[in-house]
Amino acid sequence: MKSKTYRVVLIEPSPIVQEGLKAVISHCRGFEVVGSVYDMHHQEEYLAMMRADIVVLNPALIEFHRRNTVKNMFEGVVLVALVYSYTDHEMLKQFASVIDIYDDQSKIDSKLREAVIVNNEQDELVSEGNDLSEREKEILVAVAKGMINKEIAALHNISIHTVISHRKNISRKTGIKSISGLAVYALLNKMIEQSEIQ
Amino acid sequence: MNTTDKRHTLFSPSMKLADILLSNYALLTVLPRFDIQLGFGEKSLSEICRKYNVNETFFLLVCNVYTFHEYLPDKIEISTLDIESLIGYLKRSHRYYMEDRIASIKQKLELMRSCCSGMHHDIIHSFFKEYEKEVVNHFNYEEEVVFPYIIALMKGETKVGYHIQQYEQNHSNIEDKLGDLKNIIIKYLPESCSSKERTDVLFDIFLFEEDLNKHSLIEDKILVPFVEEMEKKYEE
Repeated sequence: MKSKTYRVVLIEPSPIVQEGLKAVISHCRGFEVVGSVYDMHHQEEYLAMMRADIVVLNPALIEFHRRNTVKNMFEGVVLVALVYSYTDHEMLKQFASVIDIYDDQSKIDSKLREAVIVNNEQDELVSEGNDLSEREKEILVAVAKGMINKEIAALHNISIHTVISHRKNISRKTGIKSISGLAVYALLNKMIEQSEIQ
Repeated sequence: MNTTDKRHTLFSPSMKLADILLSNYALLTVLPRFDIQLGFGEKSLSEICRKYNVNETFFLLVCNVYTFHEYLPDKIEISTLDIESLIGYLKRSHRYYMEDRIASIKQKLELMRSCCSGMHHDIIHSFFKEYEKEVVNHFNYEEEVVFPYIIALMKGETKVGYHIQQYEQNHSNIEDKLGDLKNIIIKYLPESCSSKERTDVLFDIFLFEEDLNKHSLIEDKILVPFVEEMEKKYEE
């Protein structure tokens, strides 16, 4: 990230919360609140006019029938949720980051930064679905055998960066983080033999 | 318990200890670490602490940290902490984890043998054995290196070559592996291995995991800041 200042727009129905968030974000270096509204009327025109980079939106404002297409309504901006009531998990997945009403200054700061990074990475390596892809299975076997990223990259002729992305996706899908946990996964699914583990 | 609606109401010394336990049953596992026995009738937390000769402020702190999500004492509270109570508590927790929680998980994994084919069982068994070793190493490191360092620092002795910053946060590894085990047992053992024992062991793992989270929280956010302050004073 360069030392750019991100232009933030707030869409939040409560004036108390809106003012509070404005005050908090004013202390986050590199972020500036350029506008705020209470509802989603004409939000596209408004965002374009304000040249918004980031929108902090209370998901409670989204109409039920549009909850799965939130992203389409906000093309070209980084979408951050501000949550203080029960919210559909599937819907929140469309946001780059989620701020909780109880988050403190430093947490909100880091969540805004994280949102910008997540957004930049999004088009890098998308892995669809819940099941491991064939490529991910190959990488998992290599990890389980005790190979390090550099060796795996050389074996499959891919960059170390790509190996790391695959590993992240594998852990996200299986919920398993440790190497020995992944070895157990590979053994149970008969992808490798006990003797192959170092 | 739902802690969000009681967010700003912490426990206080005059509350009945029984009420505190009724509002968070996880504290049942904390009592033995202070040698406090059940059966305290209507007595308050304060009265019980006096009876068992337990540092009241510290006990209350543990109850609050264990119950209220994201609650942590502020700087001033940390600086006035009774460090001996804290270290004694951490040591007893280690013993409790080894003798109770881990022993119980191990025993239940063993019971799963009847429903899991030998191969599945052996794989998980060896994973857990390795895990146990790691936990022991971690606890030993704390008890043999970190705690003696802190005690020496309290006495004003200089210990060259160590700094609390070196106290690596290798908790994360211990917690990750427990998470892995949970995922493996829930998702990747075959359906044929679906039994009471499988559920039982999961309950045990969840319980241990939650406890361990709080334990690390106390070490990382209370013990470490306390020692850092002491080191700063020392260097001045």
